[in-house]
Amino acid sequence: MTTTHDPITTFEVGGVGHSVLRKEDDRFVQGAGNYVDDIVLKGMLHMAILRSPVAHARILGIDASEAEAMEGVVAVVTGAMLEGYNLAWMPTLSGDTQAVLATDKVRYQGQEVAAVIATDPYIAKDALGAIFVDYEELEAITTPQQSLTTETLIRDEKEGQTDNVAYTWEAGDAAITDAAFAAAHRVVSLESHYPRSHPSPLETCGCVSDVNPITGQVTIYLTSQAPHAHRTLFALVAGLPEEKIRIISPDIGGGFGNKVPIYPGYVVATAASLVIGKPVKWVESRSENIISTGFGRDYHMTGSLALDENNRITGMRAAILSDQGAFFADAQPTKFKAGLFHICTGSYDFGAAHVTAKGAFTNKAPGGVAYRCSFRVTEASYLIERLADKAAHEIGMDPAEFRELNFIKKEQFPYHSPTGFVYDSGDYHGAMTLAKEMIDYDGWREKQRDQDPNGKLIGIGIASFTEVVGAGPSKDYDIVGLKMFDSAELRVHPTGKAILKLGVKSQGQGHETTFAQIVAEELGIAANDIKVIEGDTDNTPYGLGTYASRSTPVGGAATAMVARKLREKARKLAAHLLEASEDDLEWEVGKFSVKGSPESFVTIQDIAFAAYTNHPEGMEAGLEGVHYYDPPNMTYPFGTYIVVVEVDQDDGTWEVVDMVAVDDCGVRINPMIVDGQITGGLTEGFAKANMQWISFDDAGNCIGSNFMDYLVPTAWETPRFKLGETVTPSPHHPIGAKGVGESATVGSPAAYVNAVVDALWSRGVTNIDMPVLPHRVWGALNGVDVKP
Amino acid sequence: MKVTVTINGTAQTADIEPRKLLVDFIRTELGMTGTHIGCDTTSCGACTVLLDGTPIKSCTMFAASADGHEVQTVEGLKNGELHPLQVSFKQNHGLQCGFCTPGMMLVGKALLESNPSPTDDEVRWAISGNLCRCTGYTNIVKSIQAAGAAIEGN
Repeated sequence: MTTTHDPITTFEVGGVGHSVLRKEDDRFVQGAGNYVDDIVLKGMLHMAILRSPVAHARILGIDASEAEAMEGVVAVVTGAMLEGYNLAWMPTLSGDTQAVLATDKVRYQGQEVAAVIATDPYIAKDALGAIFVDYEELEAITTPQQSLTTETLIRDEKEGQTDNVAYTWEAGDAAITDAAFAAAHRVVSLESHYPRSHPSPLETCGCVSDVNPITGQVTIYLTSQAPHAHRTLFALVAGLPEEKIRIISPDIGGGFGNKVPIYPGYVVATAASLVIGKPVKWVESRSENIISTGFGRDYHMTGSLALDENNRITGMRAAILSDQGAFFADAQPTKFKAGLFHICTGSYDFGAAHVTAKGAFTNKAPGGVAYRCSFRVTEASYLIERLADKAAHEIGMDPAEFRELNFIKKEQFPYHSPTGFVYDSGDYHGAMTLAKEMIDYDGWREKQRDQDPNGKLIGIGIASFTEVVGAGPSKDYDIVGLKMFDSAELRVHPTGKAILKLGVKSQGQGHETTFAQIVAEELGIAANDIKVIEGDTDNTPYGLGTYASRSTPVGGAATAMVARKLREKARKLAAHLLEASEDDLEWEVGKFSVKGSPESFVTIQDIAFAAYTNHPEGMEAGLEGVHYYDPPNMTYPFGTYIVVVEVDQDDGTWEVVDMVAVDDCGVRINPMIVDGQITGGLTEGFAKANMQWISFDDAGNCIGSNFMDYLVPTAWETPRFKLGETVTPSPHHPIGAKGVGESATVGSPAAYVNAVVDALWSRGVTNIDMPVLPHRVWGALNGVDVKP
Repeated sequence: MKVTVTINGTAQTADIEPRKLLVDFIRTELGMTGTHIGCDTTSCGACTVLLDGTPIKSCTMFAASADGHEVQTVEGLKNGELHPLQVSFKQNHGLQCGFCTPGMMLVGKALLESNPSPTDDEVRWAISGNLCRCTGYTNIVKSIQAAGAAIEGN
């Protein structure tokens, strides 16, 4: 059985395994965080964006003269003006191009059409009403199915584009899979729509662009999860010299993938600042955030499992039709057009799988960001875990037992999946055993058997997910050509305090604490004596940023490695100070001592001082270094979640009455922070299962474009969770950690839905798509085909 | 028009447009940026301040309507040392990105004044006008309860 990592450092040092209180919290609890909208620069102007009210229309003309004449309005920017700077279009992270400000057509409701620059934000918004756009409306394509059959071409501007297909992609082996299905004793199938959702971090997106007209220096304060990559993209898009671009990503009020792409507003504000010569601030409203920035999911999935006569899974097929919106702007590694969806074989041991994917353009906002997820892993995990539950129910087998029968066994790791992943480590039976025990699984099944069939119906749902996170090895993983390594630079000062600079960027995950703890573990310098700096491209080493649970697997590994580099130099310094041979020294947290003479030692603080005051001849002074870490493999966090719900037959509402989440993210650096990540993720998973949904009417109007219509859970609706853990270290990560920020968002939606369907299975209900809204439940129970 | 609002005990007078929202008055006129803006529909509570001791959403009130009233913002919580709510939010990991935190603490303060030892449900109901996208609320509830216990203990 796996065990929790026992700390090797004292609590005062605060290395791995200690729930060190967060260093960033002092400023946040005093209202002294510094978010983009808090930044005020001298002479700063304000920008507001005019957006399309319709989903698909040709632009016949734009008249901004009335707006331009308003007092306080400095300029009105249109696409035609941007064309003069070659900035009307910009590349997306998936190799497509996206309009910055529409010139020919608008392709979704909320698309950027013009921008007002004014001396005051109120005036900028007033002026939007004085811009007149002449639209000729076109047919709005609102589903991918419609997109593939209509003659209307959404991307008529794109050379060579003759249909509405954004991409096609496949993984696995069709022939081997066909053979598995031909030989199957039973085939279980599911059609499911994982609906469009939106990350909606509490802070919306925005920037303050400051182009100095004399020096040409471009400083952009940006809500960015990936400041270095954004700097390079700005250089490439705008043709600006990269050394003159400085991206500062200050405190970020939540990201969840929403702040990975570059949005048109950033480009327009920067262009405006360049032309006008004054700083320009743009901060979007909540409605703008929801209707125009990176959404998540929107996958129409068909999946099947082949089973043999012993109820073992022998093969899987999955076909995806994804709704991409008007531009293919998924934020994901270049080679993976459907992200890492091919993790869809999940936690189960079988040898045949084939996955196909097709993306369709529609008249909806583009995005397809990995909403708290490692590139489509959430959709994949949902499909396999819904299929596993459906298979168990169709067989008449307990869903936990079905999973245990089919799990990859812990001695099978490293495990080669049929779609090409090499899972690093796992103990799926261990997580399941603990989850069942914690929730009293057998007890709940007994209560379910004995329940009053006319009362509230008990449902028990399980999800045993496997994620693939920590992108990634540079031979396979890049974003627009930038390899997905990450970096850490560590400087130990003469007094033995240190500063650590990273290429990743926290949005609330607690990096200032967690990464200091890794250094504390490796060098014995107290975590509270280490300042962590991120998000300023002039002052941190290059990295690809924070998303897809990659900070600890990649940036955390870089941190451990740079600390180890410094420890090797410290050994040389210690040998000099102790007048001993390096080979005669041994390291114990925070000090080197002479083997056999423990009283003869020097601390890391002594060594740091000597590095600047008394280093031996021939040795470089100082104690600092940098490490770029290229991970040898991805990491594979996993867990088992069990949810118990009660479904009200009268009105279709359901509530979570018990829930256990057992997570295994490898070694836990700060258990308090890990539990916080999991609790937040379970809530977001619940939100998607229960309420969160971006829908559209037939004309392409976004329904759910604000927090009154796009429901996110409050404390009142949020279930109470019990958390459990197993620890199976990653064998290739320097400290055995795997990443945890997204596990619960990835794993939990299927558990909630499985629970509701389990409650209703005996009534003939085999599937309800998310969000599992009361009227959908009621409709399913009563055999009534309700509108979604 | 001229308005005078007492913010954290200090009278602040400014000449503003009648349509100026209280949140913008606080953030841009006074430069106190601990009060945040997270939505346009009075749904998220990131802009919560106390008006004469009662939590209100400052994005839905004109600054002019606050003329002659007392407003407390997050900047006014610390009185020499951190307020027990500020301490307990730190100790109980009651925040992640920090964007909702000022509003949560101010609602918590108003709750604890009328109900020093609230139940889990009572805290959840009190903060149900404030959204958090990071924490899942568990630790926010714990933080407010712990602050209540600390205040009672003193």
